[in-house]
Amino acid sequence: MNDAEPTKVVDDVVDDDEAAERRVRRYSAIWRWSLGAGLVVAWEVLTRLKVIDPYYFSSPFTIVNTAYVAATQGSLFVDIGYTSAATIVGFIVGVTAGAVLGLSTWWSKVYGRVSEPYLVTFNAIPKLALAPILIILFGIGFESKVALAVALTIVPAALAAYGGVKSVDRDLETLLFSLGASRFQVFSKVVVPWAMPWIVSSLRVNIGLALAGAIVGEFIASRYGVGRMILYAGQIMDINLVWVGVVVLSILALVMYVVVMTAERYLLKGMLHGSQLSTQ
Amino acid sequence: MIETRGAIEAGKLNVQTVSKVFRRDGRTVRALDPVSVTIPEGRLISLIGPSGCGKSTLFNIIAGLLRPTTGDVLADGKSIVGRPGYVAYMLQKGLLLPWRTILDNVILAAEVRGVPRRESIARAQPLIARYGLGGFEQHYPHELSGGMRQRASLLRTMLYDRDVVLLDEPFGALDAQTRLLMQSWLLQIWSDFRKTILFVTHDIDEAIYLSDEIYVFTARPGRIKSHIDVALPRPRDQDVVTTASFMGLKRQLLDLLNEEARIAERQSSML
Repeated sequence: MNDAEPTKVVDDVVDDDEAAERRVRRYSAIWRWSLGAGLVVAWEVLTRLKVIDPYYFSSPFTIVNTAYVAATQGSLFVDIGYTSAATIVGFIVGVTAGAVLGLSTWWSKVYGRVSEPYLVTFNAIPKLALAPILIILFGIGFESKVALAVALTIVPAALAAYGGVKSVDRDLETLLFSLGASRFQVFSKVVVPWAMPWIVSSLRVNIGLALAGAIVGEFIASRYGVGRMILYAGQIMDINLVWVGVVVLSILALVMYVVVMTAERYLLKGMLHGSQLSTQ
Repeated sequence: MIETRGAIEAGKLNVQTVSKVFRRDGRTVRALDPVSVTIPEGRLISLIGPSGCGKSTLFNIIAGLLRPTTGDVLADGKSIVGRPGYVAYMLQKGLLLPWRTILDNVILAAEVRGVPRRESIARAQPLIARYGLGGFEQHYPHELSGGMRQRASLLRTMLYDRDVVLLDEPFGALDAQTRLLMQSWLLQIWSDFRKTILFVTHDIDEAIYLSDEIYVFTARPGRIKSHIDVALPRPRDQDVVTTASFMGLKRQLLDLLNEEARIAERQSSML
């Protein structure tokens, strides 16, 4: 009885989570790419067959051609560089300033309570409505685009950091104090790392907002930038060029999103804690 | 007057008529009625009592984190009220910083004091193995078992290198087996380092097995109900729990605590 025959292994019946995961990953990759390719092909075919009007909807081929012309004879790369730079500078300034603002609420309860309603109110204002004022204030150059990107990102970052500060584990603060730590040490060793996941989680939204800020700035008054290019193309009825702008911005947004996602993973290394994982 | 009392009751730590009153929802809550305790150097002393009896409040006061409503805490004759950093204090939950590796958690106290990282690692390294954490230096707390996490917090507390150590239910959350191991191991550590240890627990066996003296607290408002000397010989091993003198002490403590537990239960059911 003891040395019973070993169970026969029927390959299809054995649970193999890793193999299943690999299968899911392979299928989703295949479907993802073919869906994208299919949409592009359908767009091209349908416009050629005049099912949809190529005048308004352009077509992938025309867009690529127009982009090539804009890149070789126009200033497409300069525009992309300009918009990217404004977005990135605005994002970094806005997020840093917002995070500092939010984190600073830890130092005084009264100060935190006083600033909260103002942050929430300012968050509710459609900041793009401030664009004309910011352009007048900062001129039609690079600064006004950055200012708009900052205006859009600073409050979400501040609110995220404030949320993190409010949730700091009081026991961890007590622990540090019991070790004779100064307030600054408690701040830097407990409060900042604790709030980090909150701040980081606001980055993905904020990179998109920064891009929107930069583009709107370019719409209103600018000499360079993808936003200006789109506006100009619209004014001269060059709809193909508008589409080039849209596609370029989509790619730009995608690239920035991926970069931020990668940065998140790096920033959060080992920082996940009680609130993300189960509480100890 | 405080000076003369201090002179009479010379100890490593003198808790003198310390009490604490809170105000909560407009009501006054007496968390701790005046308590006086003298802790001689190098002893392991337990505080035992029903939950909510103010043991943790007393610890917070001794640790300098909370100011007493009355009374004073003297260490080597000097008041340490409101001055954290004199005693090493291990809080109830153990509390490791989740974003730091075990090594970085263990050297936290040294880091706060500004000791160079190199130096504190050199000091911590040999102890990490002795605390059963060898090979886990670069792990994060959530990757460790409950027992290992408690050992890491205990090591951090010990590395803080104070003469007096406060342990607030350090093994409360552990399963019975791990708990027994940790107790024997604490006795080992204690005889190695020769610290003065104050220990809060709910567990009668744990209190008797570990301590030289036991203070029994009443239900809220907490005060000392009785003071028991544990005259069991040292070194002790787990077998001591079956001896007649251990049983006698256990009987005595059970009687004392049952009464208080009933009062505490009535209090909490009135809430």
